[in-house]
Amino acid sequence: MTAAEEQGAGGPRDEQTRRARRAVEAVWRIESPRLVAGLVRLVHDIDLAEELAQDALVAALEQWPRDGVPRNPGAWLMTTAKRRGIDLIRRNEVFARKLRLLGHELEIAQGAAVFDEPAGTAGAEGGIEDDLLRLVFVACHPVLSREARLALTLRLLGGLTTDEIARAFLTAEPTVAQRIVRAKRTLAKEKVPFEVPRGAELAQRLASVLEVVYLIFNEGYSATAGEDWMRPGLCEDALRLARVLQGLLPAEPEVHGLAALLEVQASRAAARVGPDGGPVTLLEQDRRRWDLLLIHRGFAALARADAAARARGAAPGPYALQAAIAACHARAVRAEDTDWGRIAELYRALAAVAPSPVVELNRAVAVGMAEGPAAGLAVVDRVAASGALDGYHLLPSVRGDLLARLGRAAEARAEFARAAGLTRNGAERALLLRRLAEVAGAGGGGGGGAGG
Amino acid sequence: MRYMMLLRLDPAKAPVEGPSGELMEEMGKLLEEMTKAGVLLDTGGLRAVEPGAVVRQVKGKQTVLDGPFSEAKEVIGGYALVQAKSLEEATQWASRFLAVHGEEWEIEAEVRQVEEPE
Repeated sequence: MTAAEEQGAGGPRDEQTRRARRAVEAVWRIESPRLVAGLVRLVHDIDLAEELAQDALVAALEQWPRDGVPRNPGAWLMTTAKRRGIDLIRRNEVFARKLRLLGHELEIAQGAAVFDEPAGTAGAEGGIEDDLLRLVFVACHPVLSREARLALTLRLLGGLTTDEIARAFLTAEPTVAQRIVRAKRTLAKEKVPFEVPRGAELAQRLASVLEVVYLIFNEGYSATAGEDWMRPGLCEDALRLARVLQGLLPAEPEVHGLAALLEVQASRAAARVGPDGGPVTLLEQDRRRWDLLLIHRGFAALARADAAARARGAAPGPYALQAAIAACHARAVRAEDTDWGRIAELYRALAAVAPSPVVELNRAVAVGMAEGPAAGLAVVDRVAASGALDGYHLLPSVRGDLLARLGRAAEARAEFARAAGLTRNGAERALLLRRLAEVAGAGGGGGGGAGG
Repeated sequence: MRYMMLLRLDPAKAPVEGPSGELMEEMGKLLEEMTKAGVLLDTGGLRAVEPGAVVRQVKGKQTVLDGPFSEAKEVIGGYALVQAKSLEEATQWASRFLAVHGEEWEIEAEVRQVEEPE
């Protein structure tokens, strides 16, 4: 809303207009991914599709507050956008030329047939879902930078405005806008086909899609910069995207695995923020504050992941394994009930399918709990010796915990000080400095700097 | 953000034969759409004709009333718990919920945000 509109506000009529406007925008948020996806199929270009979709939104903002929201707003928006497209071909030579360049020569010669669809095709469920799925794969295409994929996915599939994306990532709005413009240009330049990949390519491209959703969630779950520990809005956007993917790709085990992981992680959101806004580690969380509904949804998604993997004769993938680990924690009513042996086992399986020093560090935490701090420290020291995690604050943080439990207070304090110097997150730094202060001569409890 | 949609109706004014097959099918489609959109977290219908119970506490003294409650005009017929970006979005889903009911239904949905930690 502009400042001028805000100033004019006050009367009941203004309030009514604003309500109506917000209602239209809410419908837009619901409908825009499918609308843009359908239009991209017709014009083969995201930019043009968005332009037509925006025109339809403007028409809705004019008409709906007066006539009411139509019974089927999605169909209304699509029809309006198509009509606008036909109109533009006839009246706007630039638009027509763009379409010709996109390979619509013949259809334009036949009188704007770009926007003609046999009755039933557009409205058919499979049709819309296929459109959405194609859009997912294009927005997460590997030719795009990671930042571009995140921004484009939130914009096209999450229905977020550029401004909302900028606020979520603490970036300036023009930067995000630029990023999206450049991404669309890259997709056009590289002639990225608007299609769902098949066969071996599908697995690889799906990994990129899942990574985008995972990264969006993580950015909200443990903000890498700024003073806030969490940005729950981003977590909710990612959760919603993961659930949308479950509907679009029900046979893919890792899609359910990712959804399960995010549901269970999100269930801890309330418990992992302390009264001062700072982080509370997994083992110190008040488990009564975990969200049971999300936990159960996570378990259900995990069961679907297992069933889909079995149907395919495949072993659990990295997301399903991480979800299984998160589920182990969710099952423990008290921290001391945690089945650390099982968790260490799952981390070993995870390290086998997706080897990474971060996984190894987490395994060290689990081994430290299952077999004692000395065994955990041995694993951490191997990770530290590899040098792969130099500069990663959780390495000294985990090492500090294990050293403290072994009663090696001076070394533990040095590690916490190092970890505090490495994190970019203000709330996390405060937590690490508190741990430092807590380490007295005797080895204290606690543990598990990673995870949460 | 989470919103609870409480669906209220007056059983006396509802069709005697209950929800039609067509309504059930339309409702099923809508619920599937809401699930696939990642919006619907939980939903259920409440039995109106079966006797329920009300536990009431006044000044520390409890009474248990068994149904049916003939004096109650409106009853909660069902609920849906949704995750939405705004009250307007949740309201929009509520509107779609009601729209699948035909003209013979007099029904309202109250949309309330669920208390959540910031």
